[in-house]
Amino acid sequence: MAATEGATATAEAVEASGAPAPDAPSDFGEPTVIADGLHVVYRVRGAAGRSGGGGPAALLRALARRKGGGGAREVHAVKGVSFVARRGEAIGVIGSNGSGKSTLLRAVAGLIPPERGKVYTNGQPSLLGVNAALMNELPGERNVVLGCLAMGMTPAEVRERYDDIVDFSGINDKGDFISLPMRTYSSGMAARLRFAIAAARDHDVLLIDEALATGDRAFRKRSEKRIKELREKAGTVFLVSHSNKTIRDTCDRALWMERGELIMDGTAAEVVDAYEEANGGD
Amino acid sequence: MSSSPSSARAAAPADADPAPDTPRAPAAAGLAELAARHGLAPSGKRPPLGRYLKALWRHRHFVDAFARARASAKYSKANLGRLWEVGTPLLNAAVYYLIFGLLLQTDRGVEDFIPFLVTGVFVFTFTQQTVLAGVRAISGNLGLIRALHFPRAALPVSLALVQMRQMLVTMGVLLVIVVATGQVPQWNWLLAVPALVLQSLFNIGLSLVFARAGAKVSDLAQLMPFVLRTWMYASGVMYSISVMAAGAPAAVRFILDVNPAAIYIDLMRFALIESFTASDMPPNAWWTAAVWAVAVLIGGFVYFWKAEESYGRD
Repeated sequence: MAATEGATATAEAVEASGAPAPDAPSDFGEPTVIADGLHVVYRVRGAAGRSGGGGPAALLRALARRKGGGGAREVHAVKGVSFVARRGEAIGVIGSNGSGKSTLLRAVAGLIPPERGKVYTNGQPSLLGVNAALMNELPGERNVVLGCLAMGMTPAEVRERYDDIVDFSGINDKGDFISLPMRTYSSGMAARLRFAIAAARDHDVLLIDEALATGDRAFRKRSEKRIKELREKAGTVFLVSHSNKTIRDTCDRALWMERGELIMDGTAAEVVDAYEEANGGD
Repeated sequence: MSSSPSSARAAAPADADPAPDTPRAPAAAGLAELAARHGLAPSGKRPPLGRYLKALWRHRHFVDAFARARASAKYSKANLGRLWEVGTPLLNAAVYYLIFGLLLQTDRGVEDFIPFLVTGVFVFTFTQQTVLAGVRAISGNLGLIRALHFPRAALPVSLALVQMRQMLVTMGVLLVIVVATGQVPQWNWLLAVPALVLQSLFNIGLSLVFARAGAKVSDLAQLMPFVLRTWMYASGVMYSISVMAAGAPAAVRFILDVNPAAIYIDLMRFALIESFTASDMPPNAWWTAAVWAVAVLIGGFVYFWKAEESYGRD
């Protein structure tokens, strides 16, 4: 596949050699993400939060925080998770609310530093979350262009793919919404557009956090198809979802997280079965 | 579904196995080695400076498009739209003339006070607006930063570019005012170009510095307007430093003389105003301006790059 920005020179050399990794124990390609005893600890600041509250008390708290985080509460969100993800895999991440799924993806994306252990990735993973707004004050069309350019496309490539992206998102199905500012979009529309933008490029590692849950049925079908294509182009896709059906249909492997620990890692079918059994069905 | 990929697979639901490290301890050394063999790098690691610069260059279209989008969004809610690009500097000049020219009469010892004042206001506003935009370059675009991966320096550079474009419009206004108040166009005016280029480089560096600082300390955005106002009053925008500070101690005089804002203002006055001669400027003004530009640009870039991996983290 094309050398992507951020891929290390060595990674490109390995890709160029094309030889299957000698240690690959599966039909899939070489590793793209390796989590090695990963621990993530959040430091949650006092009830007043970052910008809430004020006055001398806030100043004192701010000063205290600088000196070793006094008063901050620690949340051990991911506890010693290890796995190896390979090219061409789609991996579902399941677990109850607050089990550390989203935190795990954010750590893989490099947005949270690990407390202990390491995450190794091939190139820069892209994280797509429900809350990841692009530029709200700008119209959808501008967001498409800027998003694509930010991912390193040339203006010519953007022009070429623009229509596909808008069609994919389904934003214009009910009239000309793409020229309206993104702040006027419903959360589902915004999530669809963001997914369409991110999916326009091939990714070595794409992390999707519930982004598909907001779409309607037709959009889900299109995204599932696009995820399959990404995998065929030897990318790795992680998908956090509360829909067991989506995990079954889209993924071939699943990780089950509970209270920050990885309690099961196997084929999507067997992990989802075990998960449903533990939670008393769907 | 074919055989499961399982090099790091937990054997079974491990509810009874609360010690997370121990079962995979033997594999742990193997995983680091596996990562090294396939050239995987720790996630979120900052690229070396040279590669970072190249990535930034590859994103030049993004820098440009982001700047255009920002410029057009800025006045999109105003009825007069982009007319404000001309209106804002004009009103600014009018207000300062009313207060400092007519009410406070700080024009002591200045021959062409209107062009002197308006040049000072416009040149300082250029740096001031760049810093204010830079402070929010990261903290105001967290959604974009968290969603997409690109060299983060693209944002402060792009916001500096917005102000550079605005400055070109402002320069048009300035030239009209300068001519209207009796200056005659001449070859000397071309010196405005190197003065603007040096100030722009300086501003880009400053934008990078404040982008990193503003990303770490969110209160900076509230504080900066006051810092900038103090800086403006110390920069001889509405009075002549060489007249007002004639009796100041040498140390104070030195600080006033190397103040980059004052230098860029004086260079522009030197270029455009006939009665403002080299003797009105601090010694070695061009050299000081160039050193500031290069030092702040390079220093600011390195300073920003050093925290690249931390932008967008909570």
